[in-house]
Amino acid sequence: MTASIGHTSILLAFLLALVGIVSPIIGSRSNHDRYFTFTRFAILGQFVLVTVAASALIYGLVTTDFSIKYVAFNTTRATPVYYRVTGLWGALEGSLLLWEWILIIFSGIVAWVYRDRHREMMPWVLMIFSIVSAFFLGVVAIVSNPFAPLFPVPLDGRGLNPLLEDANMMTHPPLLYTGFVGLTVPYAFAMAALIKGKVDEGWIVATRRWTIIAWFFLTMGNLVGAWWSYHVLGWGGYWAWDPVENAAFMPWLPATAFLHSVQVQERRRMLKVWNLSLIIIAFSLTIFGTFLTRSGILSSIHAFSSGPVGTVFLVFLSFVLLCSFGLLAYRSDRLKGQSELDSMVSRESAFLLNNIVLVSALFTIFLGTIFPLLSEAVAGVQVSVGAPYFNSVIVPLFLLLVFLMGVGPMIAWRKASWDNLKRNFLWPAIVSLMFALGLFVWQIRDLLPLLGFTLLAFVVFSILYDTALSLRARHRIAGEGVLSGLITLARRNQRRYGGLVVHLGVVLIIMGIAGSMTYSLEREATLALKEHLNVGRYLIQFEGLKGAQQPTHFRVEGAFRVFNGGHEVGVLSPALKFFPTQQAPVGRAVHRSSISDDIYLILSGFSELDKNQATLKVLVRPLVMWIWVGGFVIVLGTLVAILPLGEKTENGG
Amino acid sequence: MEDRRSRVARSAILNPQSSIPAMAWRRLLITLAIIAPILWLLAFGFQRNARYINSPFIAKDAAPFTLTLFDGRQVTLQELRGKAVVLNFWASWCVPCRAEAKDLEATWQRNKDKNMVFLGVALHDKEKDSRALLKEFNVTYPNGRDDSGKIAVDYGVWGIPESFFIDPQGRITYKHVGGIGAPMVTAKLEEAKRGIVTVKEGQGENQSIH
Repeated sequence: MTASIGHTSILLAFLLALVGIVSPIIGSRSNHDRYFTFTRFAILGQFVLVTVAASALIYGLVTTDFSIKYVAFNTTRATPVYYRVTGLWGALEGSLLLWEWILIIFSGIVAWVYRDRHREMMPWVLMIFSIVSAFFLGVVAIVSNPFAPLFPVPLDGRGLNPLLEDANMMTHPPLLYTGFVGLTVPYAFAMAALIKGKVDEGWIVATRRWTIIAWFFLTMGNLVGAWWSYHVLGWGGYWAWDPVENAAFMPWLPATAFLHSVQVQERRRMLKVWNLSLIIIAFSLTIFGTFLTRSGILSSIHAFSSGPVGTVFLVFLSFVLLCSFGLLAYRSDRLKGQSELDSMVSRESAFLLNNIVLVSALFTIFLGTIFPLLSEAVAGVQVSVGAPYFNSVIVPLFLLLVFLMGVGPMIAWRKASWDNLKRNFLWPAIVSLMFALGLFVWQIRDLLPLLGFTLLAFVVFSILYDTALSLRARHRIAGEGVLSGLITLARRNQRRYGGLVVHLGVVLIIMGIAGSMTYSLEREATLALKEHLNVGRYLIQFEGLKGAQQPTHFRVEGAFRVFNGGHEVGVLSPALKFFPTQQAPVGRAVHRSSISDDIYLILSGFSELDKNQATLKVLVRPLVMWIWVGGFVIVLGTLVAILPLGEKTENGG
Repeated sequence: MEDRRSRVARSAILNPQSSIPAMAWRRLLITLAIIAPILWLLAFGFQRNARYINSPFIAKDAAPFTLTLFDGRQVTLQELRGKAVVLNFWASWCVPCRAEAKDLEATWQRNKDKNMVFLGVALHDKEKDSRALLKEFNVTYPNGRDDSGKIAVDYGVWGIPESFFIDPQGRITYKHVGGIGAPMVTAKLEEAKRGIVTVKEGQGENQSIH
């Protein structure tokens, strides 16, 4: 019953999506406004139907209706209710339904918010949404149906992958999907603008906030993924340059580039083709990401089941790329920039350089990700590239990016005068050099970390210095103090100050990555009872093993007393979990964070014969905590940028 | 004005050929030239199995080992120099291993006097169960246990069954993953005797991951 409600809703929604695609075309031919009304109702109808379908699947999962194959494969009777709900995105079919659901929610919001605005564009915007939606609905209806029946109905299900039984899995996939889907909004407006031939700045201004929101969710999705990897996967790292991680990260790069380059177009009416290309690439990469995850063409720790879904996604990806770039080429005569770059020393060129760096990073990661395919296609040998390749290219690129982060927001538009440069950068540069000297004295003497931390400090100093100058001006004009001055500044120019706060967050994240990349310590040892191990200034003493039966698994826990330079930190208990449905145990690492470093314990093994012995891996990873703190700062900055905080101003920094 | 524009837009969708300027064609071709190879490459990905990597040990000298047989004797790879060797890793709980047991024994019976030897290595198995399987299929070629798993590690075995063919000079000439049938064993045995190497791993029906 549940299954047929769900599947019927999907089929009906698919038909409505087709209506949504066809009606604007008929409408524009016959000039009847009612066809545009159809377009809108098609979106609203899909919204209702897909919500019904998703609710049906959730209902099936919660009530463990094992007559639905998807439910049987992703829950058991013992699964707690909240993990039954997260089972919605625990595997391929459900996660595609979730994607479609988020997509149609976004489309519904767009249709509602712009019900009275952009009257000419909206039918085409909604048509693009219907095309994307029709694709996902088609996939969910035909190729990978989450409502496929299972007969005979089993007594109990197989259960979720135990690694997914973690609170972060509640958030990571939906955040990432929201980011992916969010990019559909600027993409849809861009395509509508191309179709209508109205290729001015209208589509950019209309989608400004949407782009920031999409960027924000992408960032959070990636960060929460890294956090999950660090906290749950238990290998002590947060990023492995795995193809699927790259797939999630790649759209972030053109999205970030886009966020900056649209400001150049808004201000100077330049880079029109570039911006359209960036958003097409960003959107295509979200489809590519799903293709990579679902097709199994590359080997990855994440790869979902392979099957016909991969082919279908590749066909859609080709369709998107060819149609979008075809349309762009067709309209290229209208896309001439209305001004030129005046000077190499200007904000435009800083943003342009930022774009080049981000696109180079994208190219690097794309190449590295598909390299196994490339090498086998061209040379017939299987070669995959790993972290050393990515790090050696991405680290210098990101150092340049950090430098630009310090320069870009402060340098003048058009042409920076010597005075402007001196005013904005002299003091930050001097203080940064002093900071570098301090680092050098403090034994940080390798080139890359020294340069990296100095550049990070430069960004912070230039932001603080600029804000201080503005605050002084506020004080002179209105006699405002620091706090009220800050509030006025932020309210007057939300985008600028929101952006600066986001930059501070990014600085913290890069600082955490740089610290943990460069100065990590690692040791592994087999310890007998009361034996200890020294790692850096930590001492870890083995206190014994214990086993216990948990609702879903058997858990073996090792107790380790940790001392930090003589005083006791506490007892940490990394564990191994044995799930009856899994062949290998799942590790549960534990760690203790502090502002300077994390100590991370992994129980790698124990002897079944001798209860007084365990093999332990210890990692000391400096500054990791700042990655997560940076995430919170980005949340804050995004809120400053997009919340309606009052005083309307046009065209902020 | 607006009306004219929307008419242009309409014609853009409905008859794309109508008035595309030469520059647009050129741009379209350039874009195609970039996109098409990428798409082709991705499509190429479907033809390959990403999880599947040929063993680097093929055509290299086989790692030496000492195997303790079920009857207590010991065999080293060293003393088999001059003979072709078929080294088969198996376990009693593994379904494809049971499926191939009869074929292996039959091929052994047909070839056993022809300057070659079969060696079975039981892996991750209880001794009692291994012996039961040998008895059930009347296996007569020498079999032993890899208690520590050292031999399996040295040969890069990650699932069972896996079979290695070693030529009289002690070089691995072929590796087969998953169940193997009698015709394949015979063919690859002949090649091993003559030292003919097959770089690509063979794949059988099933494989159990241990």
